[in-house]
Amino acid sequence: MELPFFYLFSAGIIGASLLMVTRSNVIHAALLLVLTFIFLAGVYILAGAEFLAMVQVLLYAGGIMVLYLFSIMFMNVEVSVRLRQFHRQSFFAMIAAAVLAVEIWMVLARGSAYPAYKGFAWPVGATPGNVEALGATLYTKYLFPFEVASILLLAAMIGAIVLAKRSIDR
Amino acid sequence: MIAELIAATLKIALVLGTISLVVAYLTYLERKIIGHIQMRMGPMRVGWHGLLQPIADGLKLFLKEDIIPSKADRIVFVIAPIMVLMPAFVVYSVLPFDENFYITQVNVGLFLVLAVSSLGVFGIVMAGWASNSKYSLLGALRSAAQMLSYEIFLGFSLIGPLMLAGSLNLQNIVVAQGEVWFVFYQPLAFIVFFIAALAETNRIPFDLPEAETELVAGFHTEYSGMKFAFFFLAEYANIMAVSTVGIAVFFGGWNGIDGIPLPGFVWYLLKLGAFIFVFIWIRATLPRYRYDQLMRVGWKFMFPLAIANIFLTGLMKFLFL
Repeated sequence: MELPFFYLFSAGIIGASLLMVTRSNVIHAALLLVLTFIFLAGVYILAGAEFLAMVQVLLYAGGIMVLYLFSIMFMNVEVSVRLRQFHRQSFFAMIAAAVLAVEIWMVLARGSAYPAYKGFAWPVGATPGNVEALGATLYTKYLFPFEVASILLLAAMIGAIVLAKRSIDR
Repeated sequence: MIAELIAATLKIALVLGTISLVVAYLTYLERKIIGHIQMRMGPMRVGWHGLLQPIADGLKLFLKEDIIPSKADRIVFVIAPIMVLMPAFVVYSVLPFDENFYITQVNVGLFLVLAVSSLGVFGIVMAGWASNSKYSLLGALRSAAQMLSYEIFLGFSLIGPLMLAGSLNLQNIVVAQGEVWFVFYQPLAFIVFFIAALAETNRIPFDLPEAETELVAGFHTEYSGMKFAFFFLAEYANIMAVSTVGIAVFFGGWNGIDGIPLPGFVWYLLKLGAFIFVFIWIRATLPRYRYDQLMRVGWKFMFPLAIANIFLTGLMKFLFL
């Protein structure tokens, strides 16, 4: 039952992200990125990570992408619709793509050593207490990294406020 | 397997059909209630006391010419109303109507409602941008800022009750209120929730994205016919959905008052009716906020209040439970 949905969502991710990078209209590209995020959330659900899927939709699609659209619209809309598509960086892009492809291949090769990861047999950890388990692990075993991340975010927030305040004062 | 699928499809069809019909009559209810509050009659001509008015309106919208402005971005313009309507309907998949009547229950239910309803803003932004009109774009920008801010308070106001219920599953949250409704434990959270809900559904006093008098209806200025109707359908579907969430989290869902034997579904409908009446009552009573006031109220008043509520709930839970 899960496999057809996996292929559906994967095709959606690949299709939407391909369309996204080929659009010259920034707003279309942003909307297609939203679509990519939603399909990605579908894959997360199939992998038994419902909480992560919802975070993906709520934060990335519903939060960050709205901010993106917001700032694109505040900039000159006429310019943002027709942007230059190529920046003569194809050589560097090819190197980056090759490195990433090798990396993915290595991950897949190593993963197939574990029986659960062979092929597309996703490890289905769909125990009913997914959210509880995540919360308990985050606040016990990974408490320190969690707090460090919070302080990092707090620092970023204060930095943003200081920068915005300076331009208002001027 | 196939029997399950058929049962699920029937349930979905039943819920969606009922919502679509009820939403049409909500427009009638709104016009009638506002009419009577303002000492008018409201719609009276079509049918007895205007009872067939929503059907006439629907027919009119259906038969109207569907105009797409020549400078509009056609694809986005057409997708936008669908994008508004879809999240409004998808959230009903996890809402609890009765002890044994719901489409499905998932263990991240409430979170799913928040996540999916946060996608509705895209439809509004897409509509505003694709119309290629200044007023529409301004409406869309206001909407993006407003919904982004109030979504945060909406989510934060629900954390207090969640800490008491210990579950994100809406059915479990309702079951946890068998004795006492959470509104008595969490009055502060409910106030924040209700104000944020008004803002999320773009209702007066937070209807800045539409603002008839200054933006000529804002993001849907350029829409006509069925596409225009979709925005209204979505608005009322959202009001019902957010009311149902409020009922499930604060007012004990299908749980009734002891001593009055009524089926759970009837209790739910009574509470839903009360919620919707308050929504319409507020529309008839309050003026619109100014944009900077809206942001100030949100960030400087509601946000600290919501965080204080989480802190207090945690403290109480630590001390007494």
